[in-house]
Parts: sequence; C-alpha cells; structure tokens
Amino acid sequence: MAPDTLSAALLIARKDLAIEFRTRTAFFSAAVFALLGIVIFYFAWDPTAVASIDLAPGVLWGIFTFSGLLGLQRSFSLEQADRAIDALLGAPISRESIYLGKAIANLVFVTAVQVIAIPAVELFYGVPLLEHAAVLALIALLSAIGLVAVGTLFSAMAVNTKLAEMLLPVLSLPFFVPIVIPAAQATARLLAGRPAAEGLGWLKLLLAFDIVFVVACMLAFPYTIEE
Amino acid sequence: MTTPSVPATATDAASVQRTGFDWLFAISVLAIAAALARVIYYTPFEAVQGPAQKIFYLHLPAALDAFMAFGVVALAGVGYLWLGDLRLDRAAESSAEVGVVFTTVVLVTGPLWARPVWGTWWTWDARLTLTLFLWFIYVGYLVLRGAIEDRALRARYSAVLGILGSLLIPFIHLSVYLFRTLHPRPIVIKPSAPSLPPEMLTTLSISFVAFTLFYLALVRQRYRLASERDLLELEEGR
Repeated sequence: MAPDTLSAALLIARKDLAIEFRTRTAFFSAAVFALLGIVIFYFAWDPTAVASIDLAPGVLWGIFTFSGLLGLQRSFSLEQADRAIDALLGAPISRESIYLGKAIANLVFVTAVQVIAIPAVELFYGVPLLEHAAVLALIALLSAIGLVAVGTLFSAMAVNTKLAEMLLPVLSLPFFVPIVIPAAQATARLLAGRPAAEGLGWLKLLLAFDIVFVVACMLAFPYTIEE
Repeated sequence: MTTPSVPATATDAASVQRTGFDWLFAISVLAIAAALARVIYYTPFEAVQGPAQKIFYLHLPAALDAFMAFGVVALAGVGYLWLGDLRLDRAAESSAEVGVVFTTVVLVTGPLWARPVWGTWWTWDARLTLTLFLWFIYVGYLVLRGAIEDRALRARYSAVLGILGSLLIPFIHLSVYLFRTLHPRPIVIKPSAPSLPPEMLTTLSISFVAFTLFYLALVRQRYRLASERDLLELEEGR
C-alpha cells in the first residue's frame, strides 16, 4: 500500500470524525441505543432462571452489532448530501484510500460506543468485565475490525439502492454471525474465569475473518462506486 | 476502475430465441417423477426410521444442488467483475434464485424428517444453522438485486455480494461447528456418514441426477426470462 493511500485515508477519517465531533448526533444516538438495549435485554429474561453472567456476553456483542449498524448507515449517506461523494471521487486519491478512510472513521465510532457499552454491562449486569480489560479490549478490537470492514463496504452499496438504509442490516447481519459467536464465546470463557488460552481458538477465528474480509472488501470497494 | 457495462447486443438477442418446447424442462420433470416412483415403490424402508427416511432422497439432492447453485453465483460474479459480460450476471441471477428455492426445499424437508426421527422440528446443529444462514445470505442477495434500477450497477453489486457470500460460508460453518462442539448438548441422533445399502444409493443417485437436471432446466428458463427483460429494458431506452 502506497504511503499516499494511508495519508489520504487518514485525512478522510479525520474529516468524518470532525463532522461527527461537531454534530455528535450519530454518536449520542448510538450510545443511547446501546444503553437502552442493554437495559431492555436485562428485563427480557427471568433473572432467577438465567444468571446475568450467562446473559452478559450475548447481550454485549448482540448490541455491539446493532449499534455498529447505526454508525455504518451514516458513513456513506453523509456523502449523499449535495453529492459530496462526487468531490471525494474526483479527488486525486485512490479508491482504496476512500474505503480505508471511511473504515477508520467507523472503527473509531464503533470502538467509542464500546467504551461506553462495556462498563454499562459491567454496571447493570454485575459481571467482572473490566477485570479482564486487556483481553476484552483485544476481542473488542478484532470484532470491530471485522464489523467495520464488511459494514463500510455494504454501507457504500446500500446508499445507491432504492431501499437505502433498510438494506444494510439485511446484507450485513449474516456477515456478523462469525463475529458475534466468537466474541460472545470468548467473553463467556473470560467471565467464567477460565484461562485465556481457552478462548484462543475463537480469537484466531476472529483474526482470520478480519484478514479475509479486510482484503476482500478493499478489493471489492472500487466496484461499488457509482460514477 | 469500473467494469464496463456491456449493453445487450445482437448476441444477446440471439440468446433470446424462443423454442416452442422446453425439452430440458420436460426431461427433468420426467426424471423427477421417475426418481420419486423409485423412492416410493422400489426402495426399501430404512429399518429404524421407517418411511420418514425416504424424504432423504429429496433432501440431500436439493442440498447438494443448492450448494452448487451458490458456487455458480460466486464464479459468475468473479467472471462478471473480470469480463463485464452481462450474460454472466444473468447466470448468477438465475442460479441464485433457483438456489434459494432449493435451499427452501432443504429447510422444509429437513424439519419434516427431524420431527419423527429426532423428536424436534429444529435443532441448532451445525449443518442446520449453516443452511439457514445460506438461505438468509441469498435472500439478501435477491433483495439487493430488486433494490437497484441501474442494470450495470445491479450486476456489479450482485457480483460483489455473491463473492463475499461464498467467502462467508466457511466462517459461519466454522463458528457454528465450534459452538456446538464446545457446548455439548443432549445427544441427538446424527446421520454420521451412513453407509447406504446399494439399492438406496442407486435411488439417491437417480434422485440427484433428476434434481440436477431440474436445476439446469429452471436456471435455463430463468436465464431466458432475464435476457428478455434486459432486451426489453434496452428497447425502452432505459
């Protein structure tokens, strides 16, 4: 990858994050959505029948994908206003750097929501998540990379369809299955106090997913641009 | 970087020739009827499962052909992004649609068999889960196709999703498989590579050939429909 690609990507990411930082609309709605989800899920189960320690990992990662979708939806619909996308495409930068920049901004967004959601799960479910902060951060990062890699590509595609945002969950959610299952399983191992090595297989699966889909989606992205 | 969109041309028009009688379709329907006759009358009951086992002769061929159909979608997608030939996109479109139908057959016949044999309509066995997600992926693929007006854009997006979908399948399989092995459940009877008696194997093979012919006939029909639609859109100047 040329150094130009990366610097252009960082520039685009900075632009998206600056917009988000100034308006803060998407971040707040995603964060509030995540908190609401965490609270509602708690009441969806009978706490005397299902221990909250069994519930927490699934809720955490289920909510993670849904709140992630909120950020991803905005990623390219942001560029639809005044056809800003045309300026982006006209810029003397590679297509890959557009994808990479959008993905980096989405990664920051999704991770920031996690920074709020993880302590919230610890608080509301009374589970010792932050005790395992290092491993949990690794799980969160690997999941976020996979989610963002696929989600950014589909976000670019969805805005050009008649269904727009409605299409994104239908396309994305099957692709999030191999993210949610390993992340939730690895987290469950952590909470059960099992040695970290037991979750290693799941982490490897996440890493493999990330590698395959970052490469595949970056290669596919130039085909998703409407010119 | 965009794929050139090849408009429907004279060669396309040639591919739209209507034949009065669809011999392939007729043969495939006869083959299915013959296979069913053999399943019902000339294949012995399985000793333990009884008549319920006979659904296997529909279930497995449909599953194999569904997998093949989705393989065709991915390959045609790669081909389209490479060559930009709309004929490949029509092949992908047709194969995906027939593949979804076959997967639906698998998902309907499976529970019908599982109820008497496993005692439950559904269980989160690795193979069942994978089939269900296959269905979701390719229903999503068809929804995507329906949501794009522009012909070339539709072809490109479908190709991208068709390829990514095929990359996803091993990951879903691996994660649901690990999920199951790490969480042992109450033992369910699992068909672990049954060594079939010869007459059952013959029936299965006949049924598989019949289903494959049926798959080809349906895809061919669907492909013709897609060709005519593309030609019509071209004539309407869209």
